[in-house]
Amino acid sequence: MKIKGNWPIMVFLILGLSTIIFPLYLTIVIAFKQPSEMTNSISGILSLPKSWSLDNFKEAMQVTDFWHSLGNSLLITVITVVLSIILHSLLGYALGRNKAKSKFYNFVYLFIVSGMFVPFAILMMPLAKQTAEMGLGNWFGVVLLYIVFYMPMNILLYSGYLVNIPMALEEAAKVDGASTWRTYWKVIFPIMKPMHATVAVLTALSVWNDVMTPLVIMAGSEQNTLPLAQLNFQSQFGTNYNLAFASYLMSLIPILIFYVICQKQILNGVVNGAVK
Amino acid sequence: MKNDRKRTFLLITIPILALFICFNTIPLIRGVIYSFTNFKGFGSYDWVGLRNYIDLCSDARVGKSYLFTFKLAVFTTIIVNVLSLLLALALNSKIKAKSFFRGAYFLPNILGALVVGYIFNYFFTYILPALADMIGINALKTSILSSPSAAWIGIMVVCAWQAIAMNTIIYISGLQTVPEDVYEAGGLDGATGWKKFRYLTFPLIIPFFSINMVLCVKNFLMVFDQIMALTKGGPAQSTESISYLIYNNGMSGGQFGFQSANAVVFFIVIVIISVGQMKFSSKKEEQL
Repeated sequence: MKIKGNWPIMVFLILGLSTIIFPLYLTIVIAFKQPSEMTNSISGILSLPKSWSLDNFKEAMQVTDFWHSLGNSLLITVITVVLSIILHSLLGYALGRNKAKSKFYNFVYLFIVSGMFVPFAILMMPLAKQTAEMGLGNWFGVVLLYIVFYMPMNILLYSGYLVNIPMALEEAAKVDGASTWRTYWKVIFPIMKPMHATVAVLTALSVWNDVMTPLVIMAGSEQNTLPLAQLNFQSQFGTNYNLAFASYLMSLIPILIFYVICQKQILNGVVNGAVK
Repeated sequence: MKNDRKRTFLLITIPILALFICFNTIPLIRGVIYSFTNFKGFGSYDWVGLRNYIDLCSDARVGKSYLFTFKLAVFTTIIVNVLSLLLALALNSKIKAKSFFRGAYFLPNILGALVVGYIFNYFFTYILPALADMIGINALKTSILSSPSAAWIGIMVVCAWQAIAMNTIIYISGLQTVPEDVYEAGGLDGATGWKKFRYLTFPLIIPFFSINMVLCVKNFLMVFDQIMALTKGGPAQSTESISYLIYNNGMSGGQFGFQSANAVVFFIVIVIISVGQMKFSSKKEEQL
């Protein structure tokens, strides 16, 4: 019975998997080939490259200023994640502990969480103006905006998680004479570790792959993030698809490495974030 | 002691709330204000009252973008949910290399939509027509991205390719909450195959179905990166999503005021749909 039932499922899964592998295979072989190898036939495109030379990658690095874009992406992502964990957990704590008994905190909670419904499309034009006026049309402005954009979701996650942390823990620390601020960092912050992981994964994935915010905000700064560089240098690749694909592949590699290393945390984080 | 607690909470809340108001509430209000002006994005502007909103109703391009965006959202949501439910059932059954398959199937979700779009752009432009030529399917010999009536299908495929990964994972975590004895009891009553799924499994994972519906509809209504990478709204403006139109015409097309009005309407639409979905799914859950 078991063996019979498993056969069609395996075939279905392997077929499905090929639709995931194929675009990635395509990217890799084209990235390594020379334009002369790309004959018009299907076999010319899909066959393995004659030699696995890294020339395309070297050239793509120069054309797209790869290291700079990678640096910007890393900087923006890391700072956003760190600040999100600190600020959102603090606010989640303040709101989560008070919203049941205080009208003010309950209002602030609902006010921020309802920010989830605001599409970027309506903020985009005013924000482009505003950040330019404030001298924030750069990576730092983008970080500030991310902290605001992901606040509703993260506040929801943190204050939801707090419900499971008994007040008795804080009260015990209070009896020992610790201030609220100290109690938070010594007791509450470490306990929320699983939620920090979820927030870190969700925030990092969204920030790393986001195009629209840097596109709108950093347009005048001549700085690129990794995805933004692909967009901005698209015209320079022209019809040299090998160069373009080398650049695409390079922009995918960091997140692929991250996924291979932290697959379990990523899957857990994504599920936690969506289900809560 | 009590005061220390109160003061600390206020000191935490006020600055972060101020940041939120500064970069969310104020731009939102400014957006609404701009929607009543003829602002071009630079220079001076005048109040025009409700004219932008009246013009919006008769603007063919805006109407077309709403039709396209909703068509894309509805079809992609259906396809994604059907396929990811099937995949989740398969990945939750007793198979070999389960964790490998789960890991691999989630892969598309972590990749950036823009680059994925570029890769598929090449696939639709060169590979698919060449394949069709080999097999002899005339309809696919030209790129579907250059056909005004079929380009949206290409966008749908790319959106689905990534979204299925996410929805599958959520359905799997839903299926894992179904206790084994439900199936045993159902098995005694003679429930198998479709019946087992329809009357036993599905009702138990309805909360996860709701999550996926909300996620899908919201993401697809705001679709942007895929459009940027695949068609840039073309051919013949047939694939302009609402977000893309607002970006394109508002930021560089001199329609700052007019597109602000469009964005306000879009915002209201999103709120209505989200609230409606939440009401609907909480009602469904109550019934069970």
